[in-house]
Amino acid sequence: MDIDLKILRYDPENDKKGRWEYYKVDAEPEERILDLLHKIKWFEDGSLSFRKSCAHGVCGSDAMVINGENMLACQVLVKEVSNPIKIEPIRGLPVVKDLIVDMEPFFDSYKKVMPFLINNDEPGDRERLQSPEDRDKFEDTTKCILCAACTTSCPVFWTAESYIGPAAIVNAHRFVMDSRDQGSKQRLEIMKDVNGAFRCRTAFNCTSACPRGIQVTKAIEDVKRETLLNN
Amino acid sequence: MKIVKHSFDGIIVGAGGAGLRAAIEAAPTMKLAVITKLYPTRSHTGAAQGGMSAALANVEEDNWNWHAFDTVKGSDYLADQPAVDILCKEAIDAVVELEHWGLPFSRLESGKIAQRRFGGHTVKEGAAPAFRACYAADRTGHMILQTLYQKCVSMGVEFFDEFQVLDIKIEDGVCKGVVAYEIATGDLHVFEARAVTFATGGFGKIFKVSSNAHSLTGDGPGMLYQKGIPLEDMEFYQFHPTGIYRLGILLSEAARGEGGILRNKDGERFMERYAPSIKDLAPRDMVSRAIATEISAGNGAGPNNDYVYLDLTHLGEEAIMKKLPDITDFVRTYVKIEPINEPIPVQPTAHYAMGGIPTDVNGRVLSDHKGGIIEGVYAAGEAACVSVHGANRLGTNSLLDIVVFGKRAGQSMVDYVSSTKASPLNDSAADDLSNKITGLMEKEHTTEFSVAKIRSELQDSMEENAKIFRSKETLETQTEILANLRDRYQNVTISDKSKVFNSELLEAIELDYLLDMADTTVASALARKESRGAHSREDFPDRDDKTFMKHSFAFKDGNSVKLEYKDVELGKYEPMERKY
Repeated sequence: MDIDLKILRYDPENDKKGRWEYYKVDAEPEERILDLLHKIKWFEDGSLSFRKSCAHGVCGSDAMVINGENMLACQVLVKEVSNPIKIEPIRGLPVVKDLIVDMEPFFDSYKKVMPFLINNDEPGDRERLQSPEDRDKFEDTTKCILCAACTTSCPVFWTAESYIGPAAIVNAHRFVMDSRDQGSKQRLEIMKDVNGAFRCRTAFNCTSACPRGIQVTKAIEDVKRETLLNN
Repeated sequence: MKIVKHSFDGIIVGAGGAGLRAAIEAAPTMKLAVITKLYPTRSHTGAAQGGMSAALANVEEDNWNWHAFDTVKGSDYLADQPAVDILCKEAIDAVVELEHWGLPFSRLESGKIAQRRFGGHTVKEGAAPAFRACYAADRTGHMILQTLYQKCVSMGVEFFDEFQVLDIKIEDGVCKGVVAYEIATGDLHVFEARAVTFATGGFGKIFKVSSNAHSLTGDGPGMLYQKGIPLEDMEFYQFHPTGIYRLGILLSEAARGEGGILRNKDGERFMERYAPSIKDLAPRDMVSRAIATEISAGNGAGPNNDYVYLDLTHLGEEAIMKKLPDITDFVRTYVKIEPINEPIPVQPTAHYAMGGIPTDVNGRVLSDHKGGIIEGVYAAGEAACVSVHGANRLGTNSLLDIVVFGKRAGQSMVDYVSSTKASPLNDSAADDLSNKITGLMEKEHTTEFSVAKIRSELQDSMEENAKIFRSKETLETQTEILANLRDRYQNVTISDKSKVFNSELLEAIELDYLLDMADTTVASALARKESRGAHSREDFPDRDDKTFMKHSFAFKDGNSVKLEYKDVELGKYEPMERKY
């Protein structure tokens, strides 16, 4: 079947601002949107630029706005979206070229929450013990692949890029809720900051956008509660 | 072309599990940088699912010698046994160390790390399937990658993200540094460094149906091969039995570890005929061959009789959702069926390179089949061949390999850097790469010589002629096809002339590596006139220990491949017939 695509493109070497380009490709209903982008790139227009790697929703490279919603291009099939398909770069991060945005501000926010286990006790020569119940408390937020679909769907982030954003809070949650971690005090201080968790207005965009099905808004609420309880 | 110069003691190329583990070891004592063409967390380690084996004995009695026995038997006796001993013995500390760094393993009621069964892993040298694979649901690789990256962040390791290393400088057998292309700007960066570790992963993109990421194009092995360094055991490529039909997306062996069953079109549990004792938990080479045999016998399902079923329906919703949530999600997303109620269409998918850059057990790269080494060059992970996997890798041993031998490569960098002095790399270091890129950018584009066209013909033909079953006839056909593709590659052209994120340019250079990987795979396979592990010759169906208890070493010789051989290092396990 013929599929029409409308892609917002930007060539930093020649364009002053973004421009829409229109393509028509022959596709099977079961093909991924990423497959369509490859058909254009490989057989029609080699300059079309986008990130990709694993092509099955675990590496987090290809978050983009597809028909108005943040999705991974490799996780959505042609038959699940209406034709024509409109594709734009994710919002709130500077566009570098076509569907590629500058990810540095996003990873800077991630690093601010000290996303690593802090535990100064001597661990011994075997594993630390953790009950299955304690392990379950942060199961959901361990799934994060740092694709930025949540953060760039957040209306607060669009208006204030200083906001640390849902993905960073998800990664704070992963450690705050881990019974082995001793760094919560420092992390929750960061969450209390003016650009921390309390900027969240519970729009739930992040939860809808997460390609891993993480209950992002709930994780943010958990972190807010921990912050209050720790005061 | 703008050229930027950097000076480091050590460089690690690739930021998957092996590269990050090496970085953690090396970073405290030297000026170190990790260079990756992706962001570290995009690396394909993150796609590994089922587990990482270690004889922790958390569920039942276990011992690393049994793990070693299984690994050697699984390798069809081609693995070097002293290296396997290191892998299995150091596995225990490696898992514990990851836990201490925060890896969220699934847990037993006792609070200890949970362990599950996996293909080819047994207790007491074959008595019964073993609970040995330490896991975090079915996203163990994701957790390893995240944990290692988190550790690097906590240590302040320096990264060059989205920089692609495209040349290594070796002078008189001594490493001098690397040259990288900055993807966002098109600038070249010369990194002076006397220790360089290649941890660039595999090359599954030589095949059409593959579980591998688009990024797995054999960059490290290709770069070194072009400098005259041999590639070891390239004929041994693993096809994972359960890829999603047509797409090749991996469905973990953990599905069978948890009780999943393979069935043909009649619903028969056919593995009972091929591996009567451990059935669906036989090693991957045997299961993939069994599926291919069922399909050629007309027992495949579907309108074209070209797939079989992975049946999880008897496991129950709770076990599936708790232990196999990600693969359940993949099936729902890409096949649109419900694995709790329906069997899943699967076929073997190109998955893992047992072969690669030859190294010793300390990650030092070998220059030949006689034990020579290249000073300052190291390799680890799927890019390397130690060899601990021999002719067929057991499931879970790759995640183990990356941490055990990633750490060892890092230690070797530390030893080497502390005992040598920096030596400058001259200003012309970027010339070769600069000329190559300028050539591609200036050549007029014609669709006849496009990257995608040559690459898709490569993938289609390798799928046809060099996959699970091979013969003199198919391999000779493929040799001719590859020669033709190589000729056409000399004229390859690109349409994108941009300096910013020119991925077409990079795909053109990667295609050269893919052709090298295919050339060495096919040449090594044609010369090995026996069947062993993942290498199955229809015209030589038996293993021939007398002639071929040897590792192959493929050297670049102009546009052809020259082969040499090196004896396997045996140990306490005597080669015997491989039955399960």
